[in-house]
Amino acid sequence: MHAEAVVSRAGSAEPLRRIVGGIGAMGWAEIRKLRHDNVDILTRSVQPLLWLFIFGTALRRNRALAGGFHDYRAYLAPGIMAQAALFIAIFFGLAVIWERDVGQLQRLLATPLPRVAIVLGKAGGAGIRALAQSVVLLIVLAATGISIKWTVGGVAGALVLLVFATGGFACLSMILASLVRTRERFMGIGQMVMMPLFFASSALYPLSIMPKWLRVLAHGNPLTYEVHGMRQLLLGIHTGGTLWVDFLFVAAFLAVAAAVAAKTYPRAIL
Amino acid sequence: MTFSVAAGESFGLLGPNGAGKTTTIRVLTTLLRPTDGGASVDGHDVVREGLAIRRILGYIPQAISIDGALTARENLEFYARVTDVPRAERRERIERAVGVMGLDSFLDRLGRTLSGGMLRRLEIATALLNRPRILFLDEPTVGLDPTARRLVWERLEELREEAGTTLFVTTHQMEEAERQCDRIAIMDLGRLAAQGTPAELCEEFEVDTLDDVFTAATGRTIEEGGSFRDARRSRRLSRRLG
Repeated sequence: MHAEAVVSRAGSAEPLRRIVGGIGAMGWAEIRKLRHDNVDILTRSVQPLLWLFIFGTALRRNRALAGGFHDYRAYLAPGIMAQAALFIAIFFGLAVIWERDVGQLQRLLATPLPRVAIVLGKAGGAGIRALAQSVVLLIVLAATGISIKWTVGGVAGALVLLVFATGGFACLSMILASLVRTRERFMGIGQMVMMPLFFASSALYPLSIMPKWLRVLAHGNPLTYEVHGMRQLLLGIHTGGTLWVDFLFVAAFLAVAAAVAAKTYPRAIL
Repeated sequence: MTFSVAAGESFGLLGPNGAGKTTTIRVLTTLLRPTDGGASVDGHDVVREGLAIRRILGYIPQAISIDGALTARENLEFYARVTDVPRAERRERIERAVGVMGLDSFLDRLGRTLSGGMLRRLEIATALLNRPRILFLDEPTVGLDPTARRLVWERLEELREEAGTTLFVTTHQMEEAERQCDRIAIMDLGRLAAQGTPAELCEEFEVDTLDDVFTAATGRTIEEGGSFRDARRSRRLSRRLG
């Protein structure tokens, strides 16, 4: 009798409540961790700032690289924000392996949380970390007078796009982690996935200057849509392709990656 | 292997590393599907009614499940949120678990700064918040010094007397099992070699201690067995705990 009562209740609004509650709890935990260790965000900001101020400044007057835009540093900024977020996301897979080696993963899987809530909770954690990182980078951009269009809607929209894409990449990373299972091997695989994603996207240069084969690859790369949307929102650059397509592609990427990760993630404990 | 555990009893699953104790716990906590056969917990089938089981269990894996980057209090809050504890009752239940497990003195310290005994008590506290009917503990006292070990067992005993929680414990420490468990099952190479109360087992095999029962039942001593991964894990664990 008791079993039936539980099962029938689980059939109604319970799963949704647990998914939302689980994402909330894991997001909350990530914020607390950030507050205990906020140096991490600052040290992680060094690399994107080097890209921006060394690489970007060196090529500052290069109009071809900036797709005709007058300042390559500004053109590069959304790409570098997305890249820094991608780095954060990819290392969430490493965290899964770490949590497997200690007992956190087993523990989470033995709670009533649905698998998809665990995966989305981790993705949300990566999103929050990436958001904090992006705020640091935006502050530097504002302080150095790089010509961003500072509109509330534009900045908010760009950050939403970034958080969704980062969540998707975190799920992708968790899928890889559940397949490779050891930390050492994951380091190699992580690099192997991250750099092609970065280069086969519009993060550093416009699609228009790419050879055809690379452009085809870039068109299937979520990072391209993320950066494209952010450029339109932060700089007002229109290079064909509409904003809603960017949002739709990134949202679909997150949904598919989360669904696959929810299936493969429990395998990580084996 | 076939066995059953009565409500409210303290049941010990014993065996050397690699015997299949952890796998058994993972099947019962719905982390692994049985490849053959079946099991039920509190009347719920482990394959078909996994969620119903996960709602009523507390599980403490062998490795540390506390998040080292969060404080003890935050760990409690986190597990309250993910184990279906109603929002209105969270505070009270956390306070109670803190009292029962004696965590007051280190509530605001980060998990990574806690000693092994503190960690185990904190873990047990996080597993009590949903008022589990059955608590699974995988090698709960590995790597603990005798004092911490005694404290953990005292708290578990109190819990069982107060709340009637069933304890399902795996261990390879025979004296500990003898002292703490109402009933014991001895496992070896994935099979159940013997089961009963410690006294029954000694009588059945005509020996004085459980250690000898193991040898008599399996023809081996308990030290053999185990894999590289098990060894690496328990050593890393004791290093972190130490």
